[in-house]
Amino acid sequence: MLTAEYNENTMIQIIRPLIFIIFAVFIGTGAVCANEDTVKSEETEHAKSFNAGKYVIEHVSDAFEWHIATFGETHISIPLPIILYSSNKGWNIFMSSRFHHGHETYNNFRIESEGQHEGKIVEVNESGEVVSLPVDLSITKVVAGIFVSVIVLLLIFLNIAKTAKEHVNQAPKGLQNLFEPIILFIRDEVAKPAIGEKKFERFMPYLLTAFFFILINNLLGLIPIFPFGSNVTGNIAVTMVLGLFTFFVTALNGNKHYWKEIYNPDVPWWLKFPIPLMPIIELSGMITKPFVLMVRLFANMMAGHMIVTVFISLIFIFNSILGVKIGLGVSVISVAFSVFIIMLDILVSFIQAYVFTLLSAIYFGMATSEHH
Amino acid sequence: MGFVTPDYGTIFWMVISFGIVMFILKKFAWAPILKALKDREISISEALNSAESARKEVAGLIASNNMIIAEAKREKVIIIKEARDIKDRIIAEARVQANLEAQKGIEIARQQIIAEKDSAISDIKKQVAELSLMIAEKVIRKQLENPKDQEILVKDLLKDLKLK
Repeated sequence: MLTAEYNENTMIQIIRPLIFIIFAVFIGTGAVCANEDTVKSEETEHAKSFNAGKYVIEHVSDAFEWHIATFGETHISIPLPIILYSSNKGWNIFMSSRFHHGHETYNNFRIESEGQHEGKIVEVNESGEVVSLPVDLSITKVVAGIFVSVIVLLLIFLNIAKTAKEHVNQAPKGLQNLFEPIILFIRDEVAKPAIGEKKFERFMPYLLTAFFFILINNLLGLIPIFPFGSNVTGNIAVTMVLGLFTFFVTALNGNKHYWKEIYNPDVPWWLKFPIPLMPIIELSGMITKPFVLMVRLFANMMAGHMIVTVFISLIFIFNSILGVKIGLGVSVISVAFSVFIIMLDILVSFIQAYVFTLLSAIYFGMATSEHH
Repeated sequence: MGFVTPDYGTIFWMVISFGIVMFILKKFAWAPILKALKDREISISEALNSAESARKEVAGLIASNNMIIAEAKREKVIIIKEARDIKDRIIAEARVQANLEAQKGIEIARQQIIAEKDSAISDIKKQVAELSLMIAEKVIRKQLENPKDQEILVKDLLKDLKLK
């Protein structure tokens, strides 16, 4: 089990440092430039200076509306439903356009722009003081992105299922032709070796759903045009749910042998009594696994999106510091690097979906294996 | 929204969407797709197996065909050889027979010739005797027309018939 983890980790180790080196270098320069930018803007009293840090974070974070473009002062964005529950006012459902891009208060609700609850919706009283935090089940940009990808997933795979049912024992056609090799790969190269010939079929629906959900979201996240481009797999809540699904599937399918290895492993007695050292380590390992899945996927996708945005923001940084000509010159390099990073991200999309599925399969295999 | 703190609203919707999508796909997509893959694999392997067995059958047929052909060839050779032998024997027999017949014919002919020759000779002998008798008679008659001659003859004859 260690070797399997080691193998996939080596692969990740090849790619991740690469991303983080570029990431570190450019975030570093970006931050420096942003600082210079603020200094300069203070000096020149330039009102509309470019804040690179804010720009990058806004682009990779969740939002209550789906921002498409801004021309001067006009924001073009798709309003999304806000669903709130507060003990004072019960359920409140309205579109995010009521907030006018976060500038106004509607029905005593307001998007906090700073302070402790920054970015969250708060309930305020007549004088504008924060009363409470309502339960927020809004359809944010990420949730809308999830819905879009769910629709894409259903369209693709129900279509394939239809073709598969209609053309029994025939060569694959159309979309089926494109996705069948991937499904076969998951089945024959991931599930079968990791879980074993006898039990892998039980886990196939989850593995396939997870793989394609992650893959589709990773790829759609790279398309910067509405209704795609929502940074779904770069959102920690999403990857947390995926990690939790793997955790629960593992725990629910764990056999006697698996639980015995956790609570009463074959180690010298003094490692278990009086301090249950090994059980604690094993239990923490059980929790670490889904946690690692969560962080890995989140960090990889987030990093990819961030680097692209950083490269693009470099254009505006140079533009505001050194003028339009330098900005245009830098744009060539920035776009070239962005294209390179997006290419890399396409690769990373596949790798991350594969790694998540492979590791889930390995955990399932460990939970259901009969012997060492 | 801090991007490293999971947002419970997103978690809520994610659990619901992912659960529903997994349920729908499991029931209406993965089950038929995986079944189709399995069925196709089975049918392909069956087809391959039957092709293999058909190939073996054909190979067997070819082998038996070859055996039959070889057998037929051997038989042909034997038959031809036998026919030639028979032909040779018949010809030889016929020749012997013909020789024999010819010999017999020749023998018969020879015997006939001999018999004819003998009879002809005896016939000739008889006729010669008769003719000579006739001639002798005539000659004698002519000679003995006058009694003198008859006397001479008798004298001659008596001369010859000397007592010894």
